[in-house]
Amino acid sequence: MAVAREAEPVGSLHEVRQAGLDRADLLRIFRDMLLTRAIEERGHILYRQGKIPGSFYTGRGNEAASVGVAMAMGPDDIGAPLHRNLGVHIVRGTEPWRIFANYLGRTDSPSRGRDGNIHLGDARLGLIEMVSHLPAMLPVAVGCALAFRIREEHRVAVAWFGNGASAKGDTHEAMNFAGVRRLPVVFICDNNQWAYSTPNALEYACETLADRAEGYGFEGVVVDGTDVLAVYREAHRAIEKARLGGGPTLIETKTMRMEGHAVHDDASYVPRETLDEWARHDPLDRYRAWLRHQVGMTEDEEDRLSTEVKKAIDDAVARADASPFPDPDTLEDGVFAAAEEVDAPHFR
Amino acid sequence: MPVRTYLQAISDGLRQEMRRDERVFLIGEDIGAFGGAFKVTDGFQQEFGEWRVLDTPLAETAIIGACTGAALVGLRPVAEMQFADFISCGWDQLVTVASKQHYRAGTAVPIVVRCPSGGGFSGGPFHSQNPESSFAHIPGLKIACPATPTDAKGLLASAIEDPNPVLYFEHKHLYRRLKGEVAEERFTIPFGQARVHREGDDVSLITWGAMVHTAADAAERVAGDGISVEILDLRTLIPWDRDAVLGSVGKTSKALVLHEDTLTGGFGAEIAATIAEHAFEDLDAPVRRIAAPDTPVPFSPPLEQRFIPQIDDVAAALRDLAAY
Repeated sequence: MAVAREAEPVGSLHEVRQAGLDRADLLRIFRDMLLTRAIEERGHILYRQGKIPGSFYTGRGNEAASVGVAMAMGPDDIGAPLHRNLGVHIVRGTEPWRIFANYLGRTDSPSRGRDGNIHLGDARLGLIEMVSHLPAMLPVAVGCALAFRIREEHRVAVAWFGNGASAKGDTHEAMNFAGVRRLPVVFICDNNQWAYSTPNALEYACETLADRAEGYGFEGVVVDGTDVLAVYREAHRAIEKARLGGGPTLIETKTMRMEGHAVHDDASYVPRETLDEWARHDPLDRYRAWLRHQVGMTEDEEDRLSTEVKKAIDDAVARADASPFPDPDTLEDGVFAAAEEVDAPHFR
Repeated sequence: MPVRTYLQAISDGLRQEMRRDERVFLIGEDIGAFGGAFKVTDGFQQEFGEWRVLDTPLAETAIIGACTGAALVGLRPVAEMQFADFISCGWDQLVTVASKQHYRAGTAVPIVVRCPSGGGFSGGPFHSQNPESSFAHIPGLKIACPATPTDAKGLLASAIEDPNPVLYFEHKHLYRRLKGEVAEERFTIPFGQARVHREGDDVSLITWGAMVHTAADAAERVAGDGISVEILDLRTLIPWDRDAVLGSVGKTSKALVLHEDTLTGGFGAEIAATIAEHAFEDLDAPVRRIAAPDTPVPFSPPLEQRFIPQIDDVAAALRDLAAY
């Protein structure tokens, strides 16, 4: 039997207002979810056109989980989002053209062409760049939380991982250390059911991954990752609890990876009917229906948002494409940092 | 100047950095209340408190990963691996995350990982290794291997000041055996500047860490035969002082590279190759290497003694080279 708490779905507008969101926030959440999906859809097209080198990863199905958590973070909090969490970058303010520039390997991208796809961050926005070795960013986020605790700052670190990464030792070490020291960190496990081609039955044997939190001495919560407002409510609760010294929380968002591991992967190993079932809970459709019903979002408003997003994408791709490729002569630049760089820390 | 052991010099250096810079904190296993497996941080928790001398669970990945996170938000962590051997448990955090962070993301990771290394006391395969060459191959990491109390203190200050991840290999066999005068005030020793441990004209002996002292004893022994040996202590491997090595070889025309780490792929190979590439015309003999054989570090004393390069081995190689 599961020991983690199962979060209730969000129902009425009244409930949402109690959680601290007004109408503008609610529409902004929708816009950020639309933008997240639209960037990845355009990226997919660019990849097929041969414009994006390497591979390309999307987070289709995970937009609500990403946007919901990021909306709950404070401006001085730090996050280490992963490759299904583009929505976190969007909410925190990463400009879409810089995301496309990173996809395209251009010199004005956050990684200056040193790293690809969604391996990007921005110190000014409190975002740390992921590495491919999942879940290596969990101990790093715990270190941010440790620094906040040492300096007695009321800041929180948010660390993402997935059902696949849950099987690796970094997860255990990070959570155990965070639990022992009651550090201000919130762990978000986006459980999208598959780790590349490996189903959850071959990744773990407990009922829910959030159950493990109990073993580390903190609370575990399972939330429907297609319900952006439920995700927001649980993330907000956990982040504010951590901020007040209440220690870590593990939130497991139940989602579905609606596309392959990367775009080369047709995910034929995922049963068609499973995808059809999850498609009926598409996070954008679900939230759109809620907004129409509860907030009275009009077709005009929705059209305006869609037009705004489409223009944002067109502008972003054009601006990214105008950025040149890096000069090969800069290949060896930046392996080491210079002394003066740390006198003004990148991250506050 | 006060006389300090190699270990005391490390403690002094750490304490001095912590007093002058409140961003510096220590993290590791048993370093706080217990004062560290080797007592390097004895008494530190009383002075600096529990959160600046932080005992962790047994978890090297968490320790090094936490250092990176704390460094990214402005602190200056100094981690202790209880033994250098255990750094393998934290490989990903150093090699995958910390070392590549500045190149790919442009943000500095000023962390120091202290690694008590080396053999000579029957520590066996898991408490005696010198894993520096594994990390020398990773772009983005710096490596210091002090051989004297003064260097131990000065290189530690530089390591903590450095905006990059630094592995600081402190040789356990020197901890209490080696003493010397060390300035009381704070000082730094720049990375990438070799130190001439002994001047000579006939053979250049390039080494670092505890082997500097094996080299010195061997040089003293062959001095009686009229062989003049120049010992160059590299002090840091990344960056390493190519100019000093090539300059010394230019003078002596003969080179012996010595290290306690195993031979194949050891850092001595890089030095030997560099001499061959850039000082070929200066050489009067092939470059020689003395290193541990390609085995794990054995436990039993006669085996370990055969494993670690000895004064006799070095003296014999110096005589061979001088006679070449």
